[in-house]
Amino acid sequence: MTLQEFRTIFHNGLSKQNAGLVQLLGLCPLLAISTTVVNALSLGLATMLVMASASGAVSGVRHFIPHEIRIPVFVLVIASLVTVIDLLMNAFVHPLYLVLGIFIPLITTNCIVLARADAFASKNRPLHSVVDAIAMGLGLTTVLVVLGAIRELAGQGTLLSGIDLVFGEESKQFVLHVLPDYQGFLLAILPPGAFIALGLLIAAHNWRKARAGRRVPAAVPMPA
Amino acid sequence: MPSPFILDRSSVTQVMAWVLAALLPGVAAYVWLFGPAILVTLALATVTALAAEAAMLKARGYPARPFLTDLSAIVTAWLLALSLPALAPWWLIVTGTLFAIVVAKHLYGGLGQNIFNPAMVGYAVLIVSFPVQMTQWSGPLALTETSLTLAQSATVIFGGDAPKATLDAVTMATPLDALRTGLLQQLTVDEIMTQPIFGQFGGAGFEWLAAAFLLGGLLLWALRIISWQVPLAFLAGIWLAAGFLHFFDAGRFGAPWFHLFAPSVMLGAFFIATDPVSGATTPRGKLIFGFGAGLLTIIIRTWGGYPDGVAFAILLMNLSVPLIDQHTQPRVYGTSGRGKEPPA
Repeated sequence: MTLQEFRTIFHNGLSKQNAGLVQLLGLCPLLAISTTVVNALSLGLATMLVMASASGAVSGVRHFIPHEIRIPVFVLVIASLVTVIDLLMNAFVHPLYLVLGIFIPLITTNCIVLARADAFASKNRPLHSVVDAIAMGLGLTTVLVVLGAIRELAGQGTLLSGIDLVFGEESKQFVLHVLPDYQGFLLAILPPGAFIALGLLIAAHNWRKARAGRRVPAAVPMPA
Repeated sequence: MPSPFILDRSSVTQVMAWVLAALLPGVAAYVWLFGPAILVTLALATVTALAAEAAMLKARGYPARPFLTDLSAIVTAWLLALSLPALAPWWLIVTGTLFAIVVAKHLYGGLGQNIFNPAMVGYAVLIVSFPVQMTQWSGPLALTETSLTLAQSATVIFGGDAPKATLDAVTMATPLDALRTGLLQQLTVDEIMTQPIFGQFGGAGFEWLAAAFLLGGLLLWALRIISWQVPLAFLAGIWLAAGFLHFFDAGRFGAPWFHLFAPSVMLGAFFIATDPVSGATTPRGKLIFGFGAGLLTIIIRTWGGYPDGVAFAILLMNLSVPLIDQHTQPRVYGTSGRGKEPPA
């Protein structure tokens, strides 16, 4: 794997084909779980872990899967891996597991996982596929965390609240009360807040792209 | 009238100026019945709206002057301010106005492009996010023991150290709140209506405020700035839905007069649902739009989570406008109903 390939894959995952901002895949968990930074980061990392292992596994057996039934096979592979993550989170971060609830098993149906398995892993070598899954997962996690930060800050004036769900009671001191005596802005926590914040993020992303496009009029398109 | 005598009231600025003028009876009644606090709210909303409008116009690369002077931002600000409790804290007014102008108006493309009424979006955001502050309604002066001067009202709104007792003395539940609370306590409507907050046929004081809004609305209709379809259908929707429920169980549902003479209904029917941008445009569509909004208002008031439903009803109907307009296209003269040439 050359450095150039590595760069292209990461550029794709983080910006050009960002799952949350450009492809708009996996919006259901993206909107539902991005109420706080901790929730968003946890679900993002869990999804990335599933993606990396699923893409690696799919890529490894890609020559043995009949083309006609590839989707059910991919789903089976993904579902098994999600079950593993589900059980691990239940065992080691139980309070967080309770908060994220149904959205952990639902990683199975997150289209971004299946999309990467079908569009990339089934056509590329395992190393490339794992790197691609990590890049895509990182892109999704970044959007989730930024969205979580916006909504948590606007909604309740804190950052990292709920960190004790992951690291235990003592870590409560790490919760940042950015805006003390904040009244709270319920809309940001509720679903409309998720849609509005995501809309603003997409707009910001497009604006940045448009500006970059104007600066370099004849930008050479990146090989996909 | 022969054509040279037809007055043209069609420019945006003129229409908006007349809308503001038609709101003045309502504002005057508000000050007379509830005290001067509303003037502070109106001023703050106006300043915020103009600042937000100027900033958004600059950001979008539009010239500021023609759009700032078309008065549309001020209309939005006034409609929102009149929907808020007069003693709402300043940040509540600013947040609502900013949301109305920045998100509901300019992010949707500015004047003429907004699919939702900006003032009602601002109101909905506030009632969903800050239910507690949105219930601090001043009671009618006739019922409160003390009243606040203009300066005292400003102090309360800008978060000065107004004694809590003063605030408690001038705020009280609105008639719709009182009805809702009473019904939850298993009282009948007749028992609830004996409370002093209820007046002749609406709420004490509130009914006259509603009448003042009605007067302003009739002025707009007389000037043909609004058409009769939306307000009439809206009021008919309220009247029929409330009347239907009241007819079957007068103990559990308020009388139609009571529902009709809430200030929010008159403001909504004549000033908000008639918004030419976010409302239906065809004549039959306007009837459907208004009637649906009235019906939804009563449904939300009766079974919803909030005491009043005018804002949500209008927003929901705004959402249905493309559908309504598409199915109520008037027949083009010289064609049959389906837009085809009539048989020879």
